[in-house]
Amino acid sequence: MLAHAIFFYFFSILAIFSALMVITSRSTVNSVFFLILDFISVGCLFIMVGAEFLGMILLIVYVGAVAVLFLFVVMMLNVAQQKQSWFVGQKSTHIPSGLIVSVLILLELLVVVGGWKYKENIMSSSNLVIDTSTTNTHSIGSVMYTDYILYFQLSGVILLLSMVGAIILTYRKRENVKTQSYLKQISRDKASAVMLKDVEFNKGVKIDD
Amino acid sequence: MIEIGLGHYLTLGAIIFFLGVIGIFLNRKNVIVILMSVELILLSVNINLISFSIFSGDLLGQIFTMLILTVAAAEAAIGLAIIVIFYRNKGSIRVEDIHEMKG
Repeated sequence: MLAHAIFFYFFSILAIFSALMVITSRSTVNSVFFLILDFISVGCLFIMVGAEFLGMILLIVYVGAVAVLFLFVVMMLNVAQQKQSWFVGQKSTHIPSGLIVSVLILLELLVVVGGWKYKENIMSSSNLVIDTSTTNTHSIGSVMYTDYILYFQLSGVILLLSMVGAIILTYRKRENVKTQSYLKQISRDKASAVMLKDVEFNKGVKIDD
Repeated sequence: MIEIGLGHYLTLGAIIFFLGVIGIFLNRKNVIVILMSVELILLSVNINLISFSIFSGDLLGQIFTMLILTVAAAEAAIGLAIIVIFYRNKGSIRVEDIHEMKG
């Protein structure tokens, strides 16, 4: 139990520190690196608490895809020189109200920690009780592909939409670039492409006529 | 302190949510950092869902976490595409330069 507590505090302090560094770091590339560190520590926390599948998914999808996508865009846009800094430039009027709202949100969320308790029959009202005799991945899969198949397919549709949207947004037609003409390519027929000739013996082939 | 319960995870989620909100409100320079703050907020929501799912013994929270992960990935892709075309048109992604809509 002591080791569990030590690991929890280690990973959570790492997560909070790296979240702080994401929003205060001066270089955007450093922000992305600390975002990756944050995802890794929270993924380790998920594995510790017992949601192994989601911890691994967080590591694979976020660290492997989303954070690298951020890194790719940061490198591509050449904004590494654009240092981000707070409270400079023209005076903004929304900083004090933003601070007040943020601190109020934190206080409201922290009040929840001390001021709630379980309903008595909460365990009996749940219809998806975690089965501890099988693995986490097995139990998620047996529920997600049967009872929640509509949600699963809906998330697939969302991913397809985002893929189509990202391609349409960033696509631009360039001039003076040789590309395939699909219409010309598929409208070729035998008459315009191949010519059959009878070749007589001992006379050779004349290419020109 | 030694016994790690639901309150510890909720506190961690609250702090990360707070840091994400502060990153959105107080950022003056960089739109990409605002997108990363949105990712932090979604991560804290995932922490809350998973901890409630584990500590109340209900699998439904983990299924919804999968859906949130999907939506977060889609949102990151679309947001970064918008940033790329904005940079291509304006040559800058500073927050101060984005005032076309007078918001």
